[in-house]
Amino acid sequence: MGWAFGCGPSLTSETHWQKRSRMFALLRKKSNLLFGLGLIAPCLIYFCVFFVWPIGNMLYRGIDNPEVSVGMPKTSVAIASWAGDELPSDAVFNALGQDLALDGREMGYKRAAAARRLNYEISSFRALIMESARAASKLDQPPNRQKILEIDERWGEIKYWHAMQRAARPITPHYMLTAVDLMENDDGSISRVPENRALFIKVLGRTFWMSTVVTLFCVLIAFPVAHGIAMASAKTRSLLLMLVLLPFWTSLLVRTSAWVILLQPNGLINNALISIGLIEKPLSLIFNRTGVYVAFIHVMLPFVVLPLYSVMVGVSKDYVRAAYSLGASIPHTFLKVYLPMVWPGVWSGGLLCFVVCLGYYITPLLVGGSKDQMISYFIAFFTNRTINWGLAASLAIVLCLSVFILLAIYGWFSRKTLATGR
Amino acid sequence: MVGFRAKLWQRGVNAMKDVLLYSSIFWRRLGWVFSILVLFFLIAPIIIVLPLSFSSGSFFSYPLPGISMRWYSELFDNYKWVLALKNSMIIAVSSAALSTVLGISASIALCMTDIPFKKAIYALLLAPLVMPLVIVAVACFLFYSQLGLTGSRLGLILAHTALGVPYVIIVASAALKNFDMTLIKAARSLGASSIMTFKRVIFPAIAPAVFAGAIFAFVSSFDEIVITIFLAGPEQVTLPVRLLEGIRDEMTPVVVSAAVIMIMISMGAMLVAEMIRRRSERLSKTGTERPALLAGK
Repeated sequence: MGWAFGCGPSLTSETHWQKRSRMFALLRKKSNLLFGLGLIAPCLIYFCVFFVWPIGNMLYRGIDNPEVSVGMPKTSVAIASWAGDELPSDAVFNALGQDLALDGREMGYKRAAAARRLNYEISSFRALIMESARAASKLDQPPNRQKILEIDERWGEIKYWHAMQRAARPITPHYMLTAVDLMENDDGSISRVPENRALFIKVLGRTFWMSTVVTLFCVLIAFPVAHGIAMASAKTRSLLLMLVLLPFWTSLLVRTSAWVILLQPNGLINNALISIGLIEKPLSLIFNRTGVYVAFIHVMLPFVVLPLYSVMVGVSKDYVRAAYSLGASIPHTFLKVYLPMVWPGVWSGGLLCFVVCLGYYITPLLVGGSKDQMISYFIAFFTNRTINWGLAASLAIVLCLSVFILLAIYGWFSRKTLATGR
Repeated sequence: MVGFRAKLWQRGVNAMKDVLLYSSIFWRRLGWVFSILVLFFLIAPIIIVLPLSFSSGSFFSYPLPGISMRWYSELFDNYKWVLALKNSMIIAVSSAALSTVLGISASIALCMTDIPFKKAIYALLLAPLVMPLVIVAVACFLFYSQLGLTGSRLGLILAHTALGVPYVIIVASAALKNFDMTLIKAARSLGASSIMTFKRVIFPAIAPAVFAGAIFAFVSSFDEIVITIFLAGPEQVTLPVRLLEGIRDEMTPVVVSAAVIMIMISMGAMLVAEMIRRRSERLSKTGTERPALLAGK
């Protein structure tokens, strides 16, 4: 009865049994934790090694700059402290001479990589390095300044030395700047690249624009369809859902190829139109924007219909009926009663569609022309064709950032709508 | 006369307004017509193109000159296509198995134990769903070429596994959330060991989800193309990659027959998964949350 008077001892000190059960609980909790860690460990380790590490490593190449400091080690060290007003000192020339005079197959590869990297700065730099290296057998004994200037007089131009200094840093903003059409000048300032070399802002804009168009069309088209499915009777509903799910389950590649076969100049649609006499010459439906949009919308529609449907099916019909019975017109009911309730579905479907669109590669590749390629194409292009991994990585950083910023907005938005109870 | 015309016009406008503002039947029918057109648009390309694989001619045109299995026999006689199909099956089955094991154990840990950073781990494990595939592909290419895993089936299996894990986790944790935890306590209090509890209580309850997750992982690997383009050498070409080459170079109905085979395999698998899901839903009678079926990219 001690508790009735609120006396201390029973609250502060435990009985033997209480202590034991608390210890057991602690033990159970610990073993539960260990058990959980043991279960999650294989998956986490796999993900870190085969997913996070490769991607992180690749994205790091967007700022990594090892080529020149590996291929021309002495020059890189020597030129780091150069002030940049006039031609570098004799020490730098001597270092260059020693670097160029290093021979051996391994060193040749490294020097070739450095030359390629320098070529990104000034487009005749590779030839300059390679030609100088060929004549470099007499350079291993300093002083070298005069000999180097004799081999090629371009070494007397200061812009090559500025490029060398920029490229010799261990970390470079070069690729990131290129990915947004900027460049670093000789004096360290940053400016826009000339009009004829600007490419990536246009590509990025195109990627966003195409994704926006596809998303808007998909949401507008998917809305009535999802509504129709949600309102149908249970039997019709599963049939209609099947019609959405079947294309959804069909591989993207197969669907895109079907569109290639349909839209070709001598494909099914053109042949059909010609044989009924509507047109005489085949329409150009493929390898242009029209084709990409048609195939894209076809691919993306289920992504929007399904989330919309899952929201709409949870909305009771009674609200709309109540609005009608109170005399509200149909557009008014739609805008003021129905739309606010399904808004989260519109958002989540639209954003999902947009994010997935941003990273698409196969559909524009097969159906689009050269002017319809999105940022993914250029990432693949710089990896496979020109082997400019730094640029590929910096474009990947841009794409990644766009996707994750959008997802963060989406997460913030969905939390907000949850909080306000919509 | 003029007054009459104006009156008629006015009545027409009013009737129109009434229909637009208050006739739900009108809107519903409009919606139906539109929905049917859209559903036709969704299904049409597949339905129109696929019969071309049974054509006896070598052009894509209707009416078919004759029905034959010519392109299918050509498909199965060509060792390149057969190799591609074999590669696809091996890679998809192995990576599905691997991602099911990893995914199930991870979702049990996430749903049933008190490990820290659950949200962050969940976000990490679902990241492959939103990561642009080209980035994953280039990253894998650069990393695997250092390990010497490019141009090997093992590399492809390892890369595809990451794509399968999120599907397994989504499906399995939906099932585990509906799982009644008191069942475990009941089993333990009746003296079952933790392994026995898993075998007799937990696994039977989540088995449908495990199979469904495995099938999603299988299909996601079977249909995957971007990563495969980057990692596969000529010996590891999978069916989608071969199909892509076919579309660009050959463009004969043999391509369509390969597409039919692909559709049959992946769609058959998905139908089985859907049936399992529906059956388990019916059995458990609890309205399970529908997992997001984000198949294919």
